[in-house]
Parts: sequence; C-alpha cells; structure tokens
Amino acid sequence: MSRKMKNTLELVGMYGSVIVMFIVILYPLLWTFGLSLNPGSSLFGANMIPDNWSFKHYVWLFTNPDSDYLLWYKNTLIVAFSASIGATVFVSLVAYAFSRYRFVGRKNGLYAFLLLQMFPVLMAMVAIYILLNLVGLLDSLLGLILIYVGGAIPMNAFLVKGYFDTIPRELDESARMDGAGHFRVLFTIMLPLAKPILAVVALFNFMAPFMDFILPRIILRSPENYTLALGLYNFVNAQFANNFTRFAAGSILIAIPISIVFLLLQRYLIGGLTSGATKG
Amino acid sequence: MASSKSREHNVKLATILSLIPGLGQLYNKRYIKGSIFLIISLAFSIVFYDILNIGYWGLFTLGTIPTVDDSRVLLSQGIIALILTSFALTFYIANLVDANRDAQKIKDGFKRGNLRETIRDAWDTAFPYVLTGPGLVLLVFVVIFPLLFMAFLAFTNYTLMNSPPKNLLEWVGFENFKSLLTVPIWRNTFFSVLAWTLIWTFVATTLQIGLAMYLAVIVNDSRMRFKRLIRTVLILPWAVPGFVTILIFSALFNDNFGAINRDILMPLFGSGIPWLSDPFWAKVALIAIQIWLGFPFVFALFTGVLQSISSEWYEAADMDGASRFQKFRNITFPHLMFATAPLLILQYAQNFNNFNIIYLFNQGGPAVKNQNAGGTDILISWVYDLTFESSQFSIAAAISLILGLIVAVFAFFQFRKTASFKEEGEM
Repeated sequence: MSRKMKNTLELVGMYGSVIVMFIVILYPLLWTFGLSLNPGSSLFGANMIPDNWSFKHYVWLFTNPDSDYLLWYKNTLIVAFSASIGATVFVSLVAYAFSRYRFVGRKNGLYAFLLLQMFPVLMAMVAIYILLNLVGLLDSLLGLILIYVGGAIPMNAFLVKGYFDTIPRELDESARMDGAGHFRVLFTIMLPLAKPILAVVALFNFMAPFMDFILPRIILRSPENYTLALGLYNFVNAQFANNFTRFAAGSILIAIPISIVFLLLQRYLIGGLTSGATKG
Repeated sequence: MASSKSREHNVKLATILSLIPGLGQLYNKRYIKGSIFLIISLAFSIVFYDILNIGYWGLFTLGTIPTVDDSRVLLSQGIIALILTSFALTFYIANLVDANRDAQKIKDGFKRGNLRETIRDAWDTAFPYVLTGPGLVLLVFVVIFPLLFMAFLAFTNYTLMNSPPKNLLEWVGFENFKSLLTVPIWRNTFFSVLAWTLIWTFVATTLQIGLAMYLAVIVNDSRMRFKRLIRTVLILPWAVPGFVTILIFSALFNDNFGAINRDILMPLFGSGIPWLSDPFWAKVALIAIQIWLGFPFVFALFTGVLQSISSEWYEAADMDGASRFQKFRNITFPHLMFATAPLLILQYAQNFNNFNIIYLFNQGGPAVKNQNAGGTDILISWVYDLTFESSQFSIAAAISLILGLIVAVFAFFQFRKTASFKEEGEM
C-alpha cells in the first residue's frame, strides 16, 4: 500500500513539474499571439485575450506602403540563401580534408577550430565595424554574408568532420583502387553519404540570419538594407513609434515557420553533437 | 641499386641552395617544381614588396602626416603584412624541408617515375591544401584578422577625440589597461561589471543545466506517458528565435504595464516589482529568462544521452539492490557528464559572452551611479556601449582582450575534456 502510495506521489510530482513547465513555456508565446490580435498599437491597454480581435497588424505588414516588411523578408532570404550555400560548400571541403587526409598543420588546425568556436565573431566587433567601414562594406548585405560564412566554418567543420569520420574508409579506398580521383571520391561517395549532416548545416545556417540580431545591427545602417530581426526590433525600440502589437504580429510570422523546421531537425543536430561522445 | 652518381648527390648543398626557393629543387633535377617555386618567390617579393614595406612602416609609426596618413588603414596594412609574412615563412620552411628530403631520396638511390607520375604525386600532396585553402583564407580575413586588429587597437589611443583620418593614432603601450585599473571611474565600473559577468555566467548556466537534467531524467522515466509531446513542448523555447522571446519578456517584465506586474503580482500581493529600474531585480529577471531560453538545448542533449545508456547497467544495479539515488549518482550522472562535458563548457563560454539577452532586455540598464556601464551590463555589452555609444575604441579593445584571456581559460578546460575522445580521429 505504502509503496503504491509512493509511486502515485512520485507520478504526481513528475507530472506536476511538467505542467508547471508547460505553463511557463507556453504563457509568453500565447501572450504574444494574443497581443498581435489587439487592434491598438501600444502595450498599454493591450490584453492577452482582446475584446475585439482583428488581423489588422498582419494586413498592415503586407499591404501598407509604409511597411518595409516584405523588403526585410527579401533581404533576409538573400542573406540566408547565400550564407547557407557558402557555408555548406566551404565547410564540406574543409571537413573532407580534415577527415580523410593527413597533412602538415592538420592537428593544429583542429585545435584552432576548437579554440575559435569559443570566440564569437562579436568579440571583434570594434574591428569589424572599423574594417568594414574602411573597405566600404559597411551597410551592405555582402559584408554581412561574408562574416556569417567565415564565422560558421570552425563549429560546422567540426560537426561535418565528425560525420565523415563515421563513413567507413573502405568505401573511398576501394573507389580509389578503381581509379577515382580526389574530387570524384568527394562528390560520388562522401557527399551523398553525408547528406543528413549537410542538410543540417545548410538549414541551420539558413535560419541563423532570421534569428541573429546583433551582427546586422552593427553592419547594416539604412532601413532598406535591414534584415527581419533588425527591422522588427526597431518597431519596439524606435522612440516615437512604439508599436508592440505590430512587432508581435511580425514576430509570429517568423517564429512559426522557423520553430517548425527547427523542431523537425533538432535531433539531427543533437545526434551530430553527441555522436563522438557516446561511442565510448 | 644506387648508382655512384646518385650517391654523390649532396644533401647539404641542396638545402643551402634552396635558401633561394627553387634552386635546391632545380639541383635535385625537379625542374618543374623548382621553376614554380622560383617564380612564386620572385612574384611574392615583387608584388608584395610595397605592401610589406608600407605595412611594417605603418605598423611601427601609425603614420606621420595627419589627414594624409590614415592610421587605421596603416594598421590594417601592417596586420596584412604580418599575415603575409607568416604565410611566406611557412612556405619557405616547407621549401627547405622539401629540398632536403628530395636530395636525401636521390642519394639513397630513389628513381623518380615519369613526368605524369610526378605531377600526380604533387597533386596528391597538394590536394588537402587545395581543399582547405579557400576556407582558410576566408577564416583568416573574417575571423582572425579582426581579432588581431582588435588586439592591436588595445595598445593605441583611439577615441572619438582623435579619430583618424583627421588625427594620427599613437602606440601607448599598456596605458589603456593601466587606466582600467587605476582611474577610479574605470576601475569601479570594470570590477563591478566583471563580478556580475562571472556571477551571471556561473548562476545562469548552472541553473539551466540543473533544470535540464531534472526534466530530462523525469521525462525519461518509464512510467511517464506522452513523452513525445512533452519533449516537443520543452524544446519549444530553443526553437523560437531568441531575439523575439527576449523582447517579449522585456515587455512582460515592464514595470508599469507588463503582464507579470499587472496581471500576476499586483492582484496577488498588491504591489509590483521594479523589474527594469532596479539593478537587483533586473538581474533576477535576466537569470530567469536565460534559464527559460537555455535549458531546452541541454535538455535535448541529455535526453539523447539518456536514451543511449544501456539498460543492463540499471538491471545490474537492481540486482545489487541499489536505491534510485545511488543509480542516478553512479550510472546516470557519470554517463551524462562524460558524453556532454565539452558541450557544457561551451554553454558557460557562450553565456559569458551572451550579448543578445543583456542588450535586448534592458540595454544593460538601469543606469548606476559612479560607473559608466549599466547595472546589468556584462563585459561584452559594455564593450558594445563603449564602441558604439561613446566611441572609446581603444579601451573597448582592451576590455575585449581581457575577455579573450578569460575565454581562453574556458578553452583550456574544453581542450582537456575534448582531447580524450577527439584524438581517436588522429592517425
């Protein structure tokens, strides 16, 4: 009896913790959605469950001539596609070299990657700002893309290298016996087999520009170059145009697609991150 | 079958000759390689002579004529000169080693194959460099170059007052670091910001790992149902873009009309808490938000590891009559830690430099007397303010350098933890 009692109490405790977490997690998200349906513009007087709800902020974002929302979407897509393609290409080349070849500087290179993972590009923001200013890439999407691609190399190269390491060497060695060259092995054996991890790298680098706020903030100056994150931030931050409900609407429209893709993909990322560790 | 001629081949001579890159290779009768080396080194000295010359001159003087010489340009040319030099030195040493090795081979009677095989050999050796080359160049210019530039800037006197090109910068040695430690306002700010940064890193990260571990263990319990649904919801905060949630929390915590004060605290206790205007409560709010944002990633990691622990461990422990706590302490916990330690250290490092949350929540505010950073500013957000609000570039760079040193400590631990299993990839 007492054992059964203990069992029940434990279950109550566990489900209780989970329910508390559900409330804490879902409340802010639902609150944002409710807010985006409020007809007013400011935080004051807005309710989570509005009396007379409307989609007018969503309509405004897409149709009002003053709204740059679509332009920001376009900028973000340009940056996202270029950064994603660039990062995937560079990363798979580097990872292939580090996984399959032994060359001078390989070990130090691996250590350098590990070290550079720790230093966010942001730490050099003083320098990035001054340098981009000097070469005329400040306030340009190209400058932003270059920094995303370069910054993505260390961490992602590690991830992909780890995956390449799990592909049996016999496969590419037998292909070499049959006379396949270096690039042929890369394109016909390694890359097709590493599709899952490459997809993850591509998608995460695609999503980064949607989520990142600070690099665009440093690099982009004029509103027509803004990415979504930066533009939306200015909805809340601009001193005389505090438009929280509009911000909420714009955010919901980014958060939903990003979250869905993310939830579908996160286990591949986790798998990649822990693969080296769980073998032992 | 070494012929007498090959035995006379002089290894020393080959190495000495290759002091001028290419000559040694020519002596080794590797004509194509030798001429390529010769051409590369000639081209390098001709093309880059000016850059190196101006670069080093600029690096030492930072310019002599105001408005004509831009110290920033000179400094970056100087760094480019340094990077080029290190590339050149690497090539040079490789060239010496190569000439020496080839000469040794010839002396030992090694016969080269025909031209085609030689080219193929060269291609095989060069291939990994061809692969890594483009990535390396990008990495050098986008990541390493700015980091170096920042490091150099820390030893100049770059502020708004004497900003180039109107003025010249000067090397001031450790002056910036000295004033951080001696000028009262800088010293006060520096130490209070540093203390809060360390507390923030330790408390927020440890709590987020603790919560993640608790939740991962209970959700993994065999009696729990709806596991998939629960896991999906628990990962949700990680999936929603961070800048959105931080701004939303900033609104929720708003002193006057935020929902937390207006809808929860006021009706229950009759008064709200000054979340944004009181440094202490702002810090509490920040830590709470960071736990909300950060635990799902660790939770996902732990869940992945828990599912991979073999059930035999637990069966054996049951046989021995181990209590649940003993099982957790001796089986679950070590497994979790062994598999994720490097990633957990990375979590600490990331929180240490977690600019987004500090800046978006309250821009480092509220303002505090006797210091020029806000009450919740951590080092990196203070650096941001110094750079973009008050243009104190060189002090900002000096603080960044200190940041870098602290991160290096994290990196050291990371190496020690990672080396154990990353080494398996070596040879």
